[in-house]
Amino acid sequence: MIVRSANAGTLESSDCLVTVMPAETIEIEYAGANEKIFRGRTEDLVREILGKYSLTGGAVKIQDSGALEVTLRARIETALERAMEAIAR
Amino acid sequence: MKLQRNALGRNVPLEVPGVGQFEPYESPFGKIDGMAPLAGARPFLRTVGRSRSKVASSLEDAIKKSGLQDGMTISFHHHLRNGDAVIPLVLETLKKMGFKGLTFAPSSIPDAHDCVADYIRCGLINRLYTSGVRGKLGQMISSGEADIPVVIRSHGGRARAIQSGQIAIDVAFLAAPTCDALGNVSGSSGPSACGSLGYAITDADYARHVIAITDNLVEYPVARNISIPQYKVDQVVTTPSLGDPKKIATGAARITRNPVDLKIALDTFRLMKASGIVAPGFSFQMGVGGASLAVSVYLEEYMTKKGIVGSFGLGGISGHMSRMLGKGLFRSLFDVQSFDAVVTESVADNPGHIEIDASCYANPFTPGCLVHNLDCVILAALDVDVNFNVNVLIGNDGVLRGASGGHCDTAAGAALSIVVLPSFRGGVCSIKEEVSNITTPGETVDAIVTERGILINPLRKDLLENARAAGLPVVDIRELKQKIEKLTGRPDAPAEKDGKVVAVVEYRDGTLIDSVYQVKK
Repeated sequence: MIVRSANAGTLESSDCLVTVMPAETIEIEYAGANEKIFRGRTEDLVREILGKYSLTGGAVKIQDSGALEVTLRARIETALERAMEAIAR
Repeated sequence: MKLQRNALGRNVPLEVPGVGQFEPYESPFGKIDGMAPLAGARPFLRTVGRSRSKVASSLEDAIKKSGLQDGMTISFHHHLRNGDAVIPLVLETLKKMGFKGLTFAPSSIPDAHDCVADYIRCGLINRLYTSGVRGKLGQMISSGEADIPVVIRSHGGRARAIQSGQIAIDVAFLAAPTCDALGNVSGSSGPSACGSLGYAITDADYARHVIAITDNLVEYPVARNISIPQYKVDQVVTTPSLGDPKKIATGAARITRNPVDLKIALDTFRLMKASGIVAPGFSFQMGVGGASLAVSVYLEEYMTKKGIVGSFGLGGISGHMSRMLGKGLFRSLFDVQSFDAVVTESVADNPGHIEIDASCYANPFTPGCLVHNLDCVILAALDVDVNFNVNVLIGNDGVLRGASGGHCDTAAGAALSIVVLPSFRGGVCSIKEEVSNITTPGETVDAIVTERGILINPLRKDLLENARAAGLPVVDIRELKQKIEKLTGRPDAPAEKDGKVVAVVEYRDGTLIDSVYQVKK
């Protein structure tokens, strides 16, 4: 469960800044130079990753500066890990 | 606006209101098929009589005497690059004088001139003919806000349109780096020296009235390197400065250290070698983009080592090309536009460095423009598609942000045309299923070189064999596209092109190759 807001990434070119916040449902905000051509791809990616973490709610905001898909994935996962309850080690 | 599909499957209008009728594009050389002369515009004769000075008291005065009226066509050249202050100076003066509804027909618009958008907004300009648009102007046109007819032409296409009378220039305003009282103009000396004035030469030949604007009025006559002689110039206007010398006198572009560009450059050079064209008498054109410029480094080394002397270098001339001329690696350079000010010295002092006009460079409707004699051209692109079509005008967001330049002219003319581009940019694959806009048709592009492989047009089986025999990394264009999209993700299906046409793109022969559509915010 997402318990706090957290982010990962930067606004450098070829990177993205992902901010995750608690929310009842899945809310996705996607902005940046590629917002017109990659909206579908990015929303699919966010839903897939949230599914992997068994999350049914969460607000994910992405500011994309031209990140590759692997970069987006890594930033989204990192932001989620930071926003979720600490996992006992 | 009634649209018709052209031979590339693009919808283009048969008539642009306020501009005229057009034919749809058919093929690269379909219109160049015989010896029959075409009727065209002729240079204007004048009856002004003898004079010892054509210097007007002010720009306003010169404009009044020129007979310019609302609705007429004005032209400019873009040789001063981003340092140019003449276009804003003249447009502001025309606005203050109360002019309306002019057709603005510059050879291109420097990146810095966002102000043109304001002069459209206030009604000074109500038609635009240019090679390209960028920045705020691009956004204004793409958003539909400008709402004026826009025709984008290549450099060769513009020269053709001027000579055919399609662009009938009423008053040409020429930024003149050096000028005398009778209007002999040189581009290669003075504080705002820029090198060749190639595009302005064509304007001066065909305009009804020519005004040279200078910040360097010298004693009569300008004896050396006259770009435009006095008998083509009606009036001379002096101004304190033609622009920002730092931005006019740019230094030589540095050779890139970007490993992606260097890999592209090396493979491009290998492909040129494999094709067999790098031989004595070789002719060549390149841009100043990172990869293009780096190709010339490999080329220079190879030609020096093998003792190969090329016949000519063409085009936009960079400092690197003028250095190769200086070293004797090319016998001559034909220069329609100097890319950086380090070229200026070569234009002024090397007799093998020859200033040419836009028609000589690339006008397809002449008995021999130079692009038709090119062995090889290296061209950049915004993106390409699986049919080798090239877009240099529109960004991934659909907004105008580039210039046609000599792209389609040289691609059609050169025996080997190579497009260089990174496999992805800004997280987006550079190879599209269909480019958003075709500037240069795929049938005139022989190869595309990316850092992930060389793509060879299936029409060039000979080149494919040569490249394979040389062990070059040749890949299939669709396979490479899939491979790159594994990294970038697949873009969503492009938006339907049912919007309003905000600009048309002419092919060099005057047919319409594509339309530019409004982008909704």
